[in-house]
Amino acid sequence: MNENNKILKVENLTKMFGSKKLLAREMLKKGLSKNEVLKKTGVTVAVDNVSFEVRQGEIFVLIGLSGSGKSTVIRCLNMLQPPTSGKIYFEGDNIKNYSAKQLREFRRNKVSMVFQNFGLMSHRDVLSNAAYGLEIKGVSKKEREEKAMEIISMVGLSGWEGQSVLNLSGGMRQRVGIARALINNPDVLLMDEPFSALDPLVRREMQFELLSIQEKLNKTIVFITHDIDEAFKLGNNVAIMQDGKIIQTATPEEMMSNPSNSYVKEFTNSADKTHVYSVKNIMITPSCLAHSRNGAKNALKQMYDNGFSSVFVVGDKLRFVGILTLERALAVRNGELSFNDAVYTDVPTTQLETPVSDLIPIAAKSAFPIAVVDNDNRLKGLVTKAAVLASLS
Amino acid sequence: MHKLLTVFPEDIYIDIKAPIDKFINFMLQNWSPFFEAVSKSLQLFLNAIGSAVNAIPWWLLIIAVFFASYKVSKKISTSILYSALLFFIGVIGLFDMMYATLAIIIASVIISLLIGLPSGIVMSASKKISIFAVPVLDTMQTMPSFVYLIPAVMLLGLGNVPAVIATTIYALPPVIRLTSHGIRQVDVEVVEAAKAFGSTKMQILFKVQIPQALPTIMAGVNQTIMMAISMVVTCSMIGATGLGSEVIKGINRLESGRGFAAGIAIVIVAIILDRLTQGVFKKNE
Ligand SMILES: Nc1ncnc2c1ncn2[C@@H]1O[C@H](COP(=O)(O)OP(=O)(O)OP(=O)(O)O)[C@@H](O)[C@H]1O
Ligand SMILES: [Mg+2]
Repeated sequence: MNENNKILKVENLTKMFGSKKLLAREMLKKGLSKNEVLKKTGVTVAVDNVSFEVRQGEIFVLIGLSGSGKSTVIRCLNMLQPPTSGKIYFEGDNIKNYSAKQLREFRRNKVSMVFQNFGLMSHRDVLSNAAYGLEIKGVSKKEREEKAMEIISMVGLSGWEGQSVLNLSGGMRQRVGIARALINNPDVLLMDEPFSALDPLVRREMQFELLSIQEKLNKTIVFITHDIDEAFKLGNNVAIMQDGKIIQTATPEEMMSNPSNSYVKEFTNSADKTHVYSVKNIMITPSCLAHSRNGAKNALKQMYDNGFSSVFVVGDKLRFVGILTLERALAVRNGELSFNDAVYTDVPTTQLETPVSDLIPIAAKSAFPIAVVDNDNRLKGLVTKAAVLASLS
Repeated sequence: MHKLLTVFPEDIYIDIKAPIDKFINFMLQNWSPFFEAVSKSLQLFLNAIGSAVNAIPWWLLIIAVFFASYKVSKKISTSILYSALLFFIGVIGLFDMMYATLAIIIASVIISLLIGLPSGIVMSASKKISIFAVPVLDTMQTMPSFVYLIPAVMLLGLGNVPAVIATTIYALPPVIRLTSHGIRQVDVEVVEAAKAFGSTKMQILFKVQIPQALPTIMAGVNQTIMMAISMVVTCSMIGATGLGSEVIKGINRLESGRGFAAGIAIVIVAIILDRLTQGVFKKNE
């Protein structure tokens, strides 16, 4: 029973690109690194002796940096890329032994794929994109369109079926991609960075959508991402890849509490969003600026015009000087203070590449937005307390 | 010594003219039944096209151009202009001549497409063929159009049939080139998606690659049509009838008016065909 549970089983999968594969294999056996092999033979070892199993109904996530071989692995699973060696079992069949016809049937009925850049056909509307999988199987127009309408409404695109896919936003396009992948009612869904091209808000929405579809249909999903948060959010099991090898396969909890080496640890550490985001991701352009040369009157006008009670003061070439508050500016106008004394210069600043997490203690104490400056102390933007707090969630 | 620097040495001479003549003669002697058969079937084809074109009364053609140009331009003024221009060809007495020219152009374009579209598809599918074909197409396109008249005349004699052959050869490269280019340009991820859903090669070709490449392919068809029109006058030198022969007669008899009238008619035909076919592929984008 337990064994039947495994819908996909990959054993010692290796994929090389290049002509001198035999020589490369010898070198790998001798323990040479991927880079050395590439230099000596011109062969890229994209996937190096990878094994894993996927249980029926789970979301299995492959994560790794760019070039680590994730796409190559998933493309071997439906033979878009024939493996150099190794075995891939689907429900007990080694799919490498399939004839061209069997392979086609396998792709038509058992496994489907969702692509990073959607891979939709721009000459077709939403409906006929979604129905493509049935069309090539020769299902009648009426039947396939009925089925497609059903799936389109499931992915939340009702009313859009007649639109060209070119009129859709990224998130909606990927919904079409998912609808197209679901139409044949496949057992396994292969998703290669399906949400990487989407902006963060839409991405979160799509992750939720995927989980709810999964709830309903209980598909087996192999999901690729390079975002550890996405991996931990979606994955029942997560495999980390580095240089063509899988370093650790585990549940998210296990991986967090028990990383198998420092590389994995680094990855899981970054799971906290504030570490992933640096200041430049959340900073905004200041709308209210006063030049020190222009004095208090101008600063006051800036504050009135923009409805703020303080203003950033800059010198020549946008060099950051400090912050002037409304009361102090009024005091300068009334002759009680000099402009230079009035400006608070002792305020915290930060830099573009600083992780947001480092800002939290500063933001908690500071009464003002935090100025972002470059190495020459030039003002680049500002970070509000609200933005820092929002990035925590 | 002095002479060697100013005049190309006569001692270094290879005769390539004689072998080419020999080759043509050989073809004539041994293949003449074949060329006769080709010539006969082309003549039949051309006659069929000719009678089809002639079956359209002049007023129907003008009305058809009116509606077609309205369909592609969505402007009443444009369609009035094009039908008026066509009417003008009749006014200057060249409507029948234009029909004769149209028959040759249409026949040549049809043959070019019948050969060019499949060739373009084959070329897109194979890198090897493409490496071989690109320089051939380059040569074909840069070869002066007059040169194509020679083999056509030698093998098939004078008249409309060799004109169709020469026009076809001259007009063929763009449709091959752009068909192949268009198909290669299709987003690899889209083709891969079609493959991942279990499409056969033919399904990928006809359901994905060709429809996705259609705007580019239609640009090639448009260029082929324009090249065919540009051969009209040249082909009259080997006896093609129609507007081109009017131009040639104008030259031979020093009748400038006659030549220019026909020239204007050719320009009008070219403009109308260009705009109509361009409109079709723009709509496809
Ligand atoms: N068709 C190919 N020909 C040659 N080398 C390839 C090919 N496809 C991938 N590679 C190489 O294989 C290695 C792994 O690539 P792969 O696309 O699987 O990485 P990835 O983890 O998906 O990266 P990314 O996050 O950038 O998508 C890379 O070094 C890549 O250059
Ligand atoms: Mg990839």
